[in-house]
Order: sequence, then structure tokens, then C-alpha cells
Amino acid sequence: MASAAWTDMFSRLESTSVATAIRESTWLFPTVETLHVLSIVLVVGSIMIVDLRLINVASRRRAVSELMNEVLPWTWLAFFCALITGSLLFSSAALKYIHAAPFRAKMVLLLFAGINMAIFHLGSYRKVALWDRASMTPTGARVAGALSLAIWVTVIACGRWIGFVTN
Amino acid sequence: MEAFCTWLSNTPLSMIIQNNSWVIPSVQSVHILAISIVMASAVMIDLRLLGAFSRTQSVLDTTQRYAPWIWCAVAVLAMSGALLIIGEPGRELESQVFWLKMTLLVCALALTGTYQYVATHVLGFWERRRGMAGVVAVVSLVLWVGIVAAGRWIAYWEHG
Repeated sequence: MASAAWTDMFSRLESTSVATAIRESTWLFPTVETLHVLSIVLVVGSIMIVDLRLINVASRRRAVSELMNEVLPWTWLAFFCALITGSLLFSSAALKYIHAAPFRAKMVLLLFAGINMAIFHLGSYRKVALWDRASMTPTGARVAGALSLAIWVTVIACGRWIGFVTN
Repeated sequence: MEAFCTWLSNTPLSMIIQNNSWVIPSVQSVHILAISIVMASAVMIDLRLLGAFSRTQSVLDTTQRYAPWIWCAVAVLAMSGALLIIGEPGRELESQVFWLKMTLLVCALALTGTYQYVATHVLGFWERRRGMAGVVAVVSLVLWVGIVAAGRWIAYWEHG
């Protein structure tokens, strides 16, 4: 991120009218942040419901695919809201956030979460019909669920830490 | 209240929290994780009450699956919240937003306990009384969203 082109891009992002409004208003930042927290708790809470099924802790009598089809559309809706509100918060002080270690860690973890999800969908989940109602899910599903839980718990912690190192 | 806050902030536990800057963000992270569990669980039950999904599950099934998680997570919230108060008593106890949050919380917990009790003791009640179930779901959602919003605004109120 040391290159001049990146610095230039982020400083231009900071000077957009939206970013300036969020930075200069007393109530806009906390309001967008509140919406971000609401979105994030729903993203993480709903993912946990699926993860706990994958590691055989909860919802064991329900079909995995049924639970996922029911819960995950809400996860994606909440994730979309978190992405929009998060981008707005980022724009208000892009250069500050891009250099904050917890922010960088959070972005890397989000990438890991995506990779973990992709591996699960291309792997164990393709044969879900074989274990949909099993109370013991296959190893691949258990690993994916446990990794997902660990990643999202850390995402929350990093998110909280961003506020502490940048204030 | 001011005297109580001063006394509390001079207790050994409060001193430990104040002198270790990592404690507050750590406890807040645990607090937010527990909020994730409460919010997702409450939303699942509320969406079922609204009839938005999970028609294959009864309201009782859904309540039995998620309500215990709400109560466990609320216990974690009470403990982590207590630590945050001990660490910075004035920030919470002298804030109107904090007391608004507590008021909303009492209402949300009373509502949760009530719909859970009714679902358990009057079989099929929420399936028969669809209109009332919808009202309960909307009130519950508004209360929980209000609690999270008030929680975040505790950090800003004095400065705003």
C-alpha cells in the first residue's frame, strides 16, 4: 500500500462529498456505524447457525440444505448492508484505516472466509444429498464449520479493534 | 449515582480494567459476539412468527431451537456488560442512552419470555393467532434493533 497510486486513490476517496459529509457530521458516522453493527451481528449470528449445524452442535434434526436455504439469504442481505455501510465508514478516513493493522487483518480474514466457503461448496456440499439429514456430518463439512466460526469470531474482534487503534 | 460511580471506579477490579487498555476492547468483542447470537436467534423466531419462512417447523420447534441461545447469550451479555460498567462506571451509569437501553432490554426479555411460555404451554397458539404473532414479531424486532442502536450510541452521546 506504499505506492503513490494507492495513496492518491484513497485520498481522492476521502475527498468525495459523501466521505467528507460522514467525516464532518456529528451524527452521520455513529448512525452509519450503528447500521454496520446491526448488519454484522446478523451476518455473524446467522452464519453461526449454519456452522453449528455443520459441526453437529445444533439443529441436528434438520436437513443441512434446508437450514442453509432458509438462513443464508438473510446472511447475504445482511452482508450486503455491512459492505455498503462498511465502505461508507472506510471512505470517511480511508488513509487512516488502510494503515491500521486490525483493518488489514479483517480484510484478509474476510477473504479467508470466502475461500473457506468456496472450498466447502465445491467440496463436501456437492454431495450433501448423501449426508443432509445425518447427525454426523462429513469431515470436510466439520472443518469448514469450525474454520468459519473461528474466522468470524476474529473478524468481530478485529472490527472492534479498528475503533481503538484509529481513535 | 455520581458518588457510586466514583466508588466503583476506585475498586481494585475497576483499577485493573482501567490500567490494562486491552481489557475493554476484548470484553466488548465478547459482548458483540453474544449480541450476534441474540440478534440472529431473535430474528429467526420473529421471522417464523411473521410466517416469513420455516413453515415446515412449528413456532414451538423454532422457539425451542433458538430461545435457549437467547437466554444463554443474555447471561454472557450481563456478565460482559457488568465488566464494562465496572471499568468505566460514569460512561454507562450516568448516560441516559444506557438507561434507555436497559429499559428496552427489560421489555424485550419480558416479551421473549412471554411468547416462549405461550408457545410451550398453549399448543398451536401462534399458528392460530397469526395477527397477534405478527405484532409480537415486529415489536420484538424493533426492541432488539433499538437495544443495539442505543448500545452503540452510549459511546457518542456525551460528545454528540
